[in-house]
Formats: sequence, C-alpha cells, structure tokens
Amino acid sequence: MTTVHVDAEGFMTEYGEWTEELAAELAARIGIELTDEHWKAIRFLREDYPTHGETATLRRVSTLAGIPIKQLFVLFPGKPAKKMAYVAGLPKPRGCV
Amino acid sequence: MTTDMTTAIPQVVPDFGDEATEGRKLAIICSKGNLDMAYPGLILANAALGEGVETHLFFTFWGFDMITRSRMHDLKFTMLGNTATHLPQGLGGLPGMTAMATHQMKKQIHDIGVPDVPEFLEQIVASGGHLWACRMSADMMHLDESDLYDDVEGIISAADFIEKTEGAQLLFI
Repeated sequence: MTTVHVDAEGFMTEYGEWTEELAAELAARIGIELTDEHWKAIRFLREDYPTHGETATLRRVSTLAGIPIKQLFVLFPGKPAKKMAYVAGLPKPRGCV
Repeated sequence: MTTDMTTAIPQVVPDFGDEATEGRKLAIICSKGNLDMAYPGLILANAALGEGVETHLFFTFWGFDMITRSRMHDLKFTMLGNTATHLPQGLGGLPGMTAMATHQMKKQIHDIGVPDVPEFLEQIVASGGHLWACRMSADMMHLDESDLYDDVEGIISAADFIEKTEGAQLLFI
C-alpha cells in the first residue's frame, strides 16, 4: 500500500511520489482512460514542470508539446488544464493563459 | 495531508465541478478597439472556456477592430487619456509616442507567453468559444463577413445576441 501526499482538494503535492501507475489510477478516478495521446500530454507536463517551475497551461502544452488545444478539450473534457495537472500529479496551473 | 492511493474507493478526488458548470454561460461584449482593452475580454473568455463554461463574445463599435481582418493585427495602445501610465499626458501626444507605447506593450504581452489578438481568437475558438459580430457596427462601417476574421460565426443584431445568451453572466468591456 502506497501513501502519497495531497492537498485539500486531492492534488498531489510531492513531485517525486508520482508514478505512471498512479497516473492511471488518478485518471480513472475522474473518468478518464489514458491513451497514448493522454500520455503525450502528461509526460510533457511532467518533464516541463521541474524546469519551468510551474504547471504548464493549456497554451503551453499546445505550443510546446504540439497537441492542438481542441484535442486537449477532447482528451480531458470540461476543465482540461486542471484535469491534466491532477493526473500528472502536479499543482493546478497558476498562469492565466 | 496524506492519502492512501491503493484502496478502491477514492478518498480525496478534486471536484472538477463538471455538473456545476454544465449550463453555465458567459457573454462578453467587447466594445473597445485599443490593444490594452482587447485583452481583458480575451483572457476572461479563455479562462471561462478552460473552466468548461460556454462562452460567447460579441464585438461591437470599436471592438469590431478586434475581428476586422485589416485591423486586428494592428491594434494600438496610447498613453493619452490613460493616467495609469503615470507619465505626463503631454508626452502621449508627441509624434511616434503611440507607436512606441504599442510596441512596448506588445513586447510585454509576448514576453509572458500571451498570444497576439488573432492568435488569441484562434485559441478561443479552438477551446469552443463563439465569436459574434454586431450588425449595427457592420452597417455603420460598411463591412460584411468577407472583411471579418474567418471564425466569426455571424453578424447578428443585439437582440439576437441577447437571445443566444439567455441565462448567461454578462461582461461589458
């Protein structure tokens, strides 16, 4: 049994505690089954976070990972930026755009 | 806080409010054609869409410049009449000042990774936003659909817009 740290809303707070297996479980909890396309976005978020210092916004994912914004709304319906961050074990993005 | 991740029943799962935002609508009326006044509507529309809120933008009067193809790339910022620059107003009237202030503002916007107006509109449309042009403004300025940004869904009357945005929260900018 693994124990991980989360904030009051349930977002993971420790970058190092995240694993790919955990991501699949987190995604399942919000009704998302991860496909290769989901993974492309999640892996980008994971790689970008340590260097950028904050969670990538939709625009950043779209321009740097090359996933069209329209597609991000399909992959993570409703609130894509927050859902991606949740599955990637990162804080909610703080950027406006 | 710690949570156990391996039990079948999730303990703390964020409430993404998918049901709460269902049916929530935002209507934004963009009536200004200055570069600085174009952004509030675009940023709020983008934020609302990212939160799953159905969003409609209505471009009217000077705001028509934001969707007019010949002008949308060239919105300007002037210091004149804007005390928030904290510079003497007389400076703003000097030749070249508006061009310089515009250049500076565009650079600042670009430096924080925010797109220019046409690209921002593209992002809003890709996120599911709706763009509408004001009929009266089109008539006044003798413009038709061929003069407007491609993704504008139509030139409609104020009454049409009110009808389309029934129950929406409304912002006038």
